[in-house]
Parts: sequence; C-alpha cells; structure tokens
Amino acid sequence: MSVASAALALSATACGGKKSSDSSSSSSSEKSAAIAYDIGGRGDQSFNDAAYAGLEKAEKDLKIKGAEAEPTEGESEADKVQRLTELARKGNNPVIGVGFAYAPAIKKVAEKFPKTTFGLIDDTSVTGPNIANLVFNEEQGSYLAGVAAAKASKTGTVGFIGGVEVPLIKKFEAGFTQGVKDTNPNAKVLSAYLTQPPDFTGFAKPDLGKAAAKGQLDGGADVVYAAAGLAGSGAIEATANAGKWAVGVDSDQYNQAGLAKYKDKILTSVTKDVQSAVYNLIKSVQDGTPQTGEVRYGLDKNGVGLADSNPEYKKMAEVIAAVEKAKADIIAKKITVKTAP
Amino acid sequence: MKKFDKDRLLLAAAGPALALVSAFVLTMIVLAASGVDPIDPLRIMIEQAGYEDIQVLIVNQAGIYFLAALAVAIGFRMNLFNIGVDGQYRLAAMLSAVVGAAVSLPGPLHVLLIVAVAMLTGAFWAGIAGVLKARRGVSEVVSTIMLNAIATSLIAWLILPKNFGVQPAGSNDLTTGDIPESGWFPAVSLPGGDIYGFTFVAFALGVVYWFVLNRTRFGFDLRASGASESAAQASGVEPKKMIMTSMLISGAVAGLTGMPLLLGESHTYNLSFPLGIGFTGITVALLGRNNPVGIFFSALLIAFIDKASAGLDTAGYAKEIGTIMQGLIVIAVVVSYELVRRYGIRRQQQKVGEELAAGHAIKTEKEVAA
Repeated sequence: MSVASAALALSATACGGKKSSDSSSSSSSEKSAAIAYDIGGRGDQSFNDAAYAGLEKAEKDLKIKGAEAEPTEGESEADKVQRLTELARKGNNPVIGVGFAYAPAIKKVAEKFPKTTFGLIDDTSVTGPNIANLVFNEEQGSYLAGVAAAKASKTGTVGFIGGVEVPLIKKFEAGFTQGVKDTNPNAKVLSAYLTQPPDFTGFAKPDLGKAAAKGQLDGGADVVYAAAGLAGSGAIEATANAGKWAVGVDSDQYNQAGLAKYKDKILTSVTKDVQSAVYNLIKSVQDGTPQTGEVRYGLDKNGVGLADSNPEYKKMAEVIAAVEKAKADIIAKKITVKTAP
Repeated sequence: MKKFDKDRLLLAAAGPALALVSAFVLTMIVLAASGVDPIDPLRIMIEQAGYEDIQVLIVNQAGIYFLAALAVAIGFRMNLFNIGVDGQYRLAAMLSAVVGAAVSLPGPLHVLLIVAVAMLTGAFWAGIAGVLKARRGVSEVVSTIMLNAIATSLIAWLILPKNFGVQPAGSNDLTTGDIPESGWFPAVSLPGGDIYGFTFVAFALGVVYWFVLNRTRFGFDLRASGASESAAQASGVEPKKMIMTSMLISGAVAGLTGMPLLLGESHTYNLSFPLGIGFTGITVALLGRNNPVGIFFSALLIAFIDKASAGLDTAGYAKEIGTIMQGLIVIAVVVSYELVRRYGIRRQQQKVGEELAAGHAIKTEKEVAA
C-alpha cells in the first residue's frame, strides 16, 4: 500500500500543470456533441436511453461524433463540473446535461465556455445566453393518461406508482390524478412512491415496482400507471399478469422489446420526447442558430403525448374520444393542468 | 524491545500490502477473463491521476472519506461497529444546512455554528444507538442500520417545501436554501481547482484522534474496553459510559463528513447530495487498520480509484472497473489481515518456544558444568 501511495504522491508532484482535458484536444475538423447522463446511465430503458437515442439519430443524420459520460454513485457537484468541463474543452458542442442534478454544474461551466451551447433537461432555474433549458409538460401527458385510465377502469379505482418522491414525479401524479377526477369525480386514485430521495433505486429496481403494483391491484385498481423508469417494468409485469391494464411512461412501452411479453396489457404510454429535444438542440447548433433559454415541449408540439400502438386501445372509441377532447382543451388552454398534487 | 517493534511494524504493513497486491492481481484476472485488456485500464487510471484537476478531486474526496473513516474507526477501537455513519452525516448535513441558511452571522461564527449543529446532530443520531446498546443491549449493528433508513425518510420529509425545503423556481430539485457567503469555508485555490478548506480540518482531526487515543486516560480506557470489556471493568472503567461516549464522539465526527462539501461546494443540501460515503468510510477504516496515518493513505487510495476510474468512460472502458477493484480490496483486506494475524501468532509462539528451549539448553549446560 505504501508503494501505491508513494507512486500517487510522486505523480502528484511530478506532473503538475497538466489538466485531464488537455490530453486530447479537439480536432476542429470533426464536429461533435456530448451527453452527460443522469444516475442510471445508458440502459435504463427510459430517460437516459431516450437522450442517447437523440444523440444516435444526430450522429447518423447530421454526421457528427457523439461523446457520452456517466456519473458515479455518490458523486458530488465537483465531479459534475469536472465532467462537463472535460466534455466542453474537448470541443463538444452542444454539451447536454441529462437531468436537473446538472443545473448547478452547468451554471458554473457555461460561464467558462461562452461559445459552447449547454443543454439542460428538466430544469429552468439556471439560465444564460448559452444555456438551453429543455423542459416538458409531463403533467399534460399524464392528464391524458388519467382520462384514459378513468374511462377504461371498471372498478373505478386506478393506481399511480412514482419511482422516487421528487417534484418531477409529483408532476406526473398531479396530472394523472386531475385527469382521473375530471373524467370521473367518484373514481379513487391509489398513489404510491417506491423510494424517497436520495435513495434513487425507485427508478431502477423492478421488484419494488412489482410489489407496489400488486398492492394496488389487491386494493381494487384495474389500471396502473407507473412513472418509475426501469422499476416501472416490474409494475407492468405484475399488472399484466393480473390481467389488468398497465400504462407505461417516457417512451412507447408497447413497442419495447423487453416488455413484449406483456404488451397486450399495456393500454398506452405517456411519452416524453427527450429524443427529439436532444436531436433538435444538436441540429440547431449545427445550423448555426443554437437554441437558447426555455424550450418547452408540451402537448401542442407533441413533446409529450399518449401512445396508441396497442390495437385494443384503438378499439376503445369512447376512451379515444375523451382523450382527444381533453387534448384539444389543454392546447386551447381551456384546461390548466396542475404541476403539484 | 526495539526489534519486537520492528517486527510488529512489518506485520502491520504486510496486511495492507498483501491485500492491495492481491486485489490488483485479481482485478487484472477479472479483466482478462471478461476479454478486456488487463493492463490498459490501470495505465489510464494512473495517467488520470497525473492531471492536476483530477488530483484536486482526489484530495477533496480523500478528506471526506477520511472523516467518515475516522468516525468508523473510533467505534472500531471500542469494538463498536457504527454502520450508521451514512445516516448520521446526511442528517447532520441537512439540518446544519437548514440552520446555516436561516441565520446570518459574521464569517467564522457562522461556519462554527454550522459545524456545531452538524456535530450535535450526528452525535444525537448515533447516541440513539448508544442508548439502546447501553440500556437494552441492542446490537449497534442492527440499530444503526435501521437508523440509516429512518434518517433517509426523515430527511425526505424535512426537505419537503411545506417543512424546511425550498424548490427553486423552474427547478425539479429540492434544496434547503442557500447558505450566505459568511457561512462558506475559504478554499485553497490551485491551478487545478479549489481544495476545500475543511479538508485540512479533516486531516488535523487525524492528529487529534491519534493524541486522544494514545496519550490520554480516555483513549486508554477506550482501547482497554475494546480489547477486553471485563478486564477494563475490573480496572475501574464503566462500560456503559464508554459505549455512550464513544458512540457520541463517533457520531459527532460522522456529522462532519458532509462539511467539506456543504461549506466548500454546494452551500445547500439538495437531492443530489452524495450518499453512501459512510459505507466507503468502513472500507477506508478497515484498510487503514483504524490508524490515522493508515486511514489517510487508504482514503487517498480509494479516492484515487474513484476519480481516476471516471475517466475510463471516455477511453472506452467501463468505469465500473473501479468499483470491482474496491470490492476486491475489501475482500482481500479481510482475508489478508486474518492470514497475517495468524502468521504473527504462530511466529510469536515459535519464538517463545525457541526462547524457552534455548533457555532450557543454557540451564542444562550450566547444570552440566556445575
């Protein structure tokens, strides 16, 4: 051990004056964009994967190079600053932080790289001339899910499962509950959260989602909406196995390979088009007109919405009519959806 | 006497050295077995550690680990396993952030108040486990694990906007509000970044730890109780009081774990405040054999693995290699310390046996001569 520490101390004194990002400076001929992921990283079947899909599309369509970086568990703000600085200094433009946790770090780094555009998903608290805040009206999509759930339910009881009890997920709950109640004032909404912050395993552990869904099914729910990332797949499994309706989240989960076994019971999914948001930002930078300030994706721009891939869902004329009406009302601002329960 | 000390020193160094070498070899085997070049990731990590911005990150992280490990080590010396450092520091950071944001005092006083609140909170949370142990004989292992879970829920409730939390406009984060600048701890600015001032406080605490443990009556009582409770009791040490005191001190130090970050970086407790440092602290304390110098170096080592492995991502390797390495170190530490301990005992027995035999031989010779 003393050898290792001695070596460490030696390298600490010997190689002063070099920064990690100096090593591979940008080759200015090749354009590149970078994504810094949220906890969970790629492969979460949800948020981070959607961001990656946007980058992948940009790589193909815009002929750029993509760079990615993942966080480590238990890291602090300094690590995020380090990660973004490294990505920016290597010449990536734009640099996109996936998730609100990047807000303080982007504030610090954006000032140091005024010529680089920074994308920040799910947060508008940090602004700047070279910061694009990519935000979504999750509550609007969830409202439509609430309308569909209330219409499709026979028992009058529906369930909501949130991954982690954070303000972002409360937006999903608020919209869903309002949608249910506006459609059927007598309906009951069972609500559960899998974990409390800073324990974010509620977005990652399918067994937690499964247990929570079982509880709600036992409580009489016959439609269960899970906004819980990867943990939501557990909820979908339990709900489908019980022969009840599940509602997916973020991407169209009916088409997700991992859930093919249960897709017949996936009524619909509340989509959140992180993919397009990421792609649009990269494209705007390539076109020389980088997005800046708040870029909001609501029902009107199809930034959020309700998927209709399930043929069973398409047969439910009454449900679809109610959803379409609610959608038109929200876009026409006849309905305002709450963002907190 | 001197020779005996050298032996002991060698044996003490042999444990960690054996553990590290075998952990690194095992890591390379794992890498080779999974079809990855076993040398290149390690080379990249060492190269990463050469960069000055990474060095700053390593030192800052080491200071944080050092505090957590010190808290764990205090318990270990008394034969108490404080697994609750994790909950203690998070609750302490959260409550001290609330207090720090609520008041405005002149510079040093403001920082002192925040630190005092953190220490008191940590001590209080650990004290619950202490009372349960001293009064009811509840294993501190069980109670501190449960208190971790309770702390998580308590913090989640306290940080709701209807209680102490603040949700900044347009943000999906929850914070405890910003601590005014008078409550920031000055940092040492280097070209590679800022080293949190509290890092130096952390290392200074290591000296205090050494002094208290080795040069005071209390330290003696603590070590005696840890070595043999009944023997300590026979010589007038009250075990219940020792359990309480060491739990309180362990908790107070645990409460400081979040301070480098709170006073030097985030200036608020938010949803992305790191968790799990308390558990890493156990690794660091084990590896450092509860000795302040040992803990210092093992904190540096674990911090190095953490920060240097982050760069593996961009080089096309999985940064989880670092996690594997840390896990293997823990296993290797436990095994190698036990091996070295047994070897030490055997050697001692052998030596005593030899000396006895030699003494006997001399005696017989004398007898013969007479």
